[in-house]
Amino acid sequence: MRTSMLWNTKFIFPAIRQAFIKLNPLKLWHNVVMFVVEIGAVITTIIAALSFFAKDQPFFIFGLQISLWLWFTVLFANFAESLAEGKGKAQAESLKQNRSEIYAQKIISDADDKDDKVELVPALMLKKGDVVIISDGMMIPSDGEIIEGIALVDESAITGESAPVVRESGGDKTGVTGGTKVLSGKIKVEIKANAGETFLDQMISMIESSKRQKTPNEIALEVFLFGLTVLFAVVTVTLAVFGAFMHVEIPITILVALLVCLIPTTIGGLLPAIGIAGMDRLLAHNVIALTGRAVEAAGDVNVVLLDKTGTITLGNRLATAFIVAPGVTEEELARFAMLSSLADDTPEGRSIVVLAKEKLQIRGRDIRSPVGAKFIEFRAETRMSGIDINEVQIRKGAADAIENFVKQRKIKFPEEVKKDVEKVAREGGTPLVVADQDMVYGVVYLKDVLKEGIRDRLLQLKNMGIASVMITGDNPLTAATIAVEAGVSDFIAKATPAMKMERIKKYQQDGYMVAMIGDGTNDAPALAQADLAVAMNAGTQAAREAANMVDLDSTPTKLLDIVEIGKQILITRGALTTFSIANDVAKYFAIIPALFISKCPILNVLNVMHLASPHSAIMSAVIFNAIVIPLLIPLALSGVKYRQASVTFLLRKNLLVYGLGGLLLPFIGIKLIDMGIVWLRIIG
Amino acid sequence: MLQTWLFQIAMFLFILTVIAIPLGEYMAKVFVGERTFLSPILVPFENFLYKVFGVDIHVDMDWKTFTVSLLLFNLVGLIALFLLQEAQGFLPLNPEKLKAVRWDTAINVAISFVTNTDWQPYKSETTMSYLTQMFGLGLQNFLSAATGMAAAVALINAFIRKSTVGIGNFWVYLTRSLIYILLPLAIAVALVLVSQGCIDNFHPYVHAQTLEGKEQIIAQGPAASQIAIKHLGTSGGGFFTANSAHPYENPTPFTDYLELLSLLIIAAAFPFAFGALVNNRSQGWAIFAAMMFLFVMGLSFALWSELHGNPLLTKLGIHHGLNMEGKEERFGMLASVIFASAGTATSTGAMNVSLGSLMPLTGLIAFFNMAIGGVIFGGVGCGFIGMLFYGMLAMFLIGLMIGRTPEIYGKKLEPYEMIITVVVLFLPCIVQLIFSAIAVTVLGNSSPRGLSEIIYTYASSMSNNGSTLMVSESNTIFYNLTTGFVMLFGRFVTIVCALAIAGSVAQKKFNPPTARFPTASPLFVFVLISVVLVNGALTFFPVLVLGPILEHLYIYST
Repeated sequence: MRTSMLWNTKFIFPAIRQAFIKLNPLKLWHNVVMFVVEIGAVITTIIAALSFFAKDQPFFIFGLQISLWLWFTVLFANFAESLAEGKGKAQAESLKQNRSEIYAQKIISDADDKDDKVELVPALMLKKGDVVIISDGMMIPSDGEIIEGIALVDESAITGESAPVVRESGGDKTGVTGGTKVLSGKIKVEIKANAGETFLDQMISMIESSKRQKTPNEIALEVFLFGLTVLFAVVTVTLAVFGAFMHVEIPITILVALLVCLIPTTIGGLLPAIGIAGMDRLLAHNVIALTGRAVEAAGDVNVVLLDKTGTITLGNRLATAFIVAPGVTEEELARFAMLSSLADDTPEGRSIVVLAKEKLQIRGRDIRSPVGAKFIEFRAETRMSGIDINEVQIRKGAADAIENFVKQRKIKFPEEVKKDVEKVAREGGTPLVVADQDMVYGVVYLKDVLKEGIRDRLLQLKNMGIASVMITGDNPLTAATIAVEAGVSDFIAKATPAMKMERIKKYQQDGYMVAMIGDGTNDAPALAQADLAVAMNAGTQAAREAANMVDLDSTPTKLLDIVEIGKQILITRGALTTFSIANDVAKYFAIIPALFISKCPILNVLNVMHLASPHSAIMSAVIFNAIVIPLLIPLALSGVKYRQASVTFLLRKNLLVYGLGGLLLPFIGIKLIDMGIVWLRIIG
Repeated sequence: MLQTWLFQIAMFLFILTVIAIPLGEYMAKVFVGERTFLSPILVPFENFLYKVFGVDIHVDMDWKTFTVSLLLFNLVGLIALFLLQEAQGFLPLNPEKLKAVRWDTAINVAISFVTNTDWQPYKSETTMSYLTQMFGLGLQNFLSAATGMAAAVALINAFIRKSTVGIGNFWVYLTRSLIYILLPLAIAVALVLVSQGCIDNFHPYVHAQTLEGKEQIIAQGPAASQIAIKHLGTSGGGFFTANSAHPYENPTPFTDYLELLSLLIIAAAFPFAFGALVNNRSQGWAIFAAMMFLFVMGLSFALWSELHGNPLLTKLGIHHGLNMEGKEERFGMLASVIFASAGTATSTGAMNVSLGSLMPLTGLIAFFNMAIGGVIFGGVGCGFIGMLFYGMLAMFLIGLMIGRTPEIYGKKLEPYEMIITVVVLFLPCIVQLIFSAIAVTVLGNSSPRGLSEIIYTYASSMSNNGSTLMVSESNTIFYNLTTGFVMLFGRFVTIVCALAIAGSVAQKKFNPPTARFPTASPLFVFVLISVVLVNGALTFFPVLVLGPILEHLYIYST
């Protein structure tokens, strides 16, 4: 599907235009290999022109064709790069387009004023720190954080997800992105990015070749390709000298042809496209990479820190059972538990009410808090909540807190309940004990529910050699149980922001590459420390700023895709480099005999492909060298397929396909082209 | 005959391996300063040396200090050796009253011996006094070998260390290489050589009456002591001009065997020392396997080429046309070919055969062995360094193809490492090609043979080998200065780059072993061998076609 998208004329024509624009040497020089080809093309063109005026008809025709194919080589490479850029840009531009038409209501009066005075300004004029008001049906003008209000936001423009999402002030879902639309609600948003610095802008710069920051690995590969280019330049020039020494004059056009065939044009031409296409693929997964380094780090990650809540488990613990104390009926326990939770608006509290209603078989309407009741809110010191109805003090809370509560009233905490509490904790549940001033009623079993499919994903990570570490505020016992259940390799229990960061540092000191996914402000320090930090788009601004990737869909398990894309980019580069170098063998066998055959006919034994004539041999090698670039564009853009397999298997497979294939394919290709040249009588 | 030969080769390589393993273990112990069986005698001597030269063994040098120390040490050696040659006329131990060495030759020789090349454009017997041979050339055979070993140990150590700038102490590595490894082995080998008839004296040359009634002058000198180290230290500078084909240097088939073994042994032990040092023996085996494979491949090809004989000789009525010109009749063809292979694979360059007389394709192998950088065992220390660089390039490609940031032995390969690797592997090829082209333009001798001689000369200088294919005079100002430069370049670019990369590797943390590509696997060995071969083939295919391959085709077409 992607390939057909690729050849869409919408992208093709602009890419062709760009390919010519990029011929500008000032733009091309950053790609050394292609720059050398262009210089070669200029030289051979001049020589062809001179031979035309010198009325050297046969050499003119040959020289002209060589020159043309050299120009094609550069154009093909430029085209590949432009095509990759075009795809990403198309996506980004449409968003940008939206933005430039947006006007925002900027608050210009003091915050103290009751009535906010607003002014209509274009979105692009907004600066960091400005506060805007956005209400029903309006577009969000820029990236920012909600400081007041709640709204239903349609983020489909950037995520492609049609279901709207809730964004509200306070908590972990305060972030809004420019270009998205408020469906209902009214929010005040503090703008967090100047025009030109938003995620969108960063994303666009990642797919524009000239502005793109190259990754370390890409630089290392470029160093290697540069070295090869210089080496082959010297090989070619000295060959001319050695040839002259043997009384063989090698025409400059042919020397240039040899040089272009030897230098790694295939990978040199496709290298920028591979990097950009990687970004495009991330984008297709609704992930914005804010630095190129992050994408590369993704392929190397060996430890992933995952928040338990929301990532591994469904989020909130839910009450699943009541375990009664001796001499108490389930109805009694359920009733007391329900009463104590009536005013408890936490998900846990609500789930207790729901479960109790189920047990007591009462419907929603019938619940009313008793007259004269006084709610006791949960406090960190007491770690209990509950309700006082006249003399009756109903409490629910952690086992030790309740034990304390009943001991103060000289009541014995039943051994059986203690055992039940331990059992629940051992099973990874959270026990809440319900009691009043007279007796202990029993235990409410709160349970974490694993997200669907999380086990498989974690297993896949494991197969890729990536250890997963679960972060949770739970006690170690509970954490261990969920860890086993979900199949994570390790966990951090009772985690604090400082602990997360310390753990990341420790892993890094041992040489691990650590990925961290987070959304909350308290994740920010850890995100900043991690090598690959993915922030949820719905997360707070602090988290998004500390991260180097933003997941627009806010699906934490997407890490797997990110890692695969990171690996794919490297594999594609490696495969094409190997292919490019392996190609040289056949090209040597085509060109070297052709160079010297007139002087030393005996060298015809090296003409293993039995190419028709020296000129057709050289021509075939040059043509093969040129057309292999567009033929490999689909591969460069969609990436070499990555399979979760052992490294040895991966290497063996890639060596076989791109190494051995790269060795053999040009022998066949050059021979076929040579036959075509003879058949079409292209060269006299 | 062939079966006997193959058996002999197999036996030889087996014995080499069997000795190399414990020697490698021993070397590893020496480098980390553990006690060995020689410690009781040598530790006091070692400490004495440190005291005399004021070496503080606790100083852990960063790579720059290490490099500066190494370069200064070599510079002093170079100047001293030059002055010694110029002053030898006034100095003792010169029974033949030899005068000062010509300036350009002296510069070339000084560079040549300091860089462990031992390219010898001069005739020893009429050029060098006994004093110069012993305290100049012989001494540098020790010191240059020890320098190479020190650099290699620094590089290996960098792969064991983490998060530090220190790569070790040059003086300590140098001293230990010298007194624990080179000296004891040299003494043992020299004694055996003497027992077999190698000479070691300070006599004036003997004047003898030949049967034809003519006078023959037979050169004498302290030969055995130097012959031992020229092989062990892979420098290869013969005491006599004829090198190991001279009966005083190589009197019996047994000494031939011993010399062959000595020139391979330390270089072959290095991978095992490496395995022991990184505490993972199989890593050493992997490197050794790659070296051995390349060696056997080249040897087989050379042997095949020689056994095919020369059709020109067949035409003259010689049975099978076997080419025995330039080969030592005392040892036979196998011993000559294996010596030619081993002498060029290691950067020794010592020969019991005239390389110039070998069949073209045998010469091609000799050239290829050197042109790829002298990494098939190679020079002591430097050969291993070169192979590690190929390993880094191999791991770079492997890393990409498995989708991880490339690493080797747990250390990441980043742009800095790639720049250095590219410099070490490509720049010598580039420079030697340029110098060959210059020489070709200047000298002009337009035959495939002439081209082969010239490209061989610069390959030999660049890889610090020192052997020659040249039949014509090479003691000219042009050759002395150009090969001198190329030798310096080849030697110190490799060493400085090795130390620079050691400095950066030592600072890196270890990648955890999960999902690391196993460098001790047959697949790695395969890729390593391929990288070496492909790099050499792609760089030198054109010159090889115009030189040896064309010559070969001519011989077979007539």
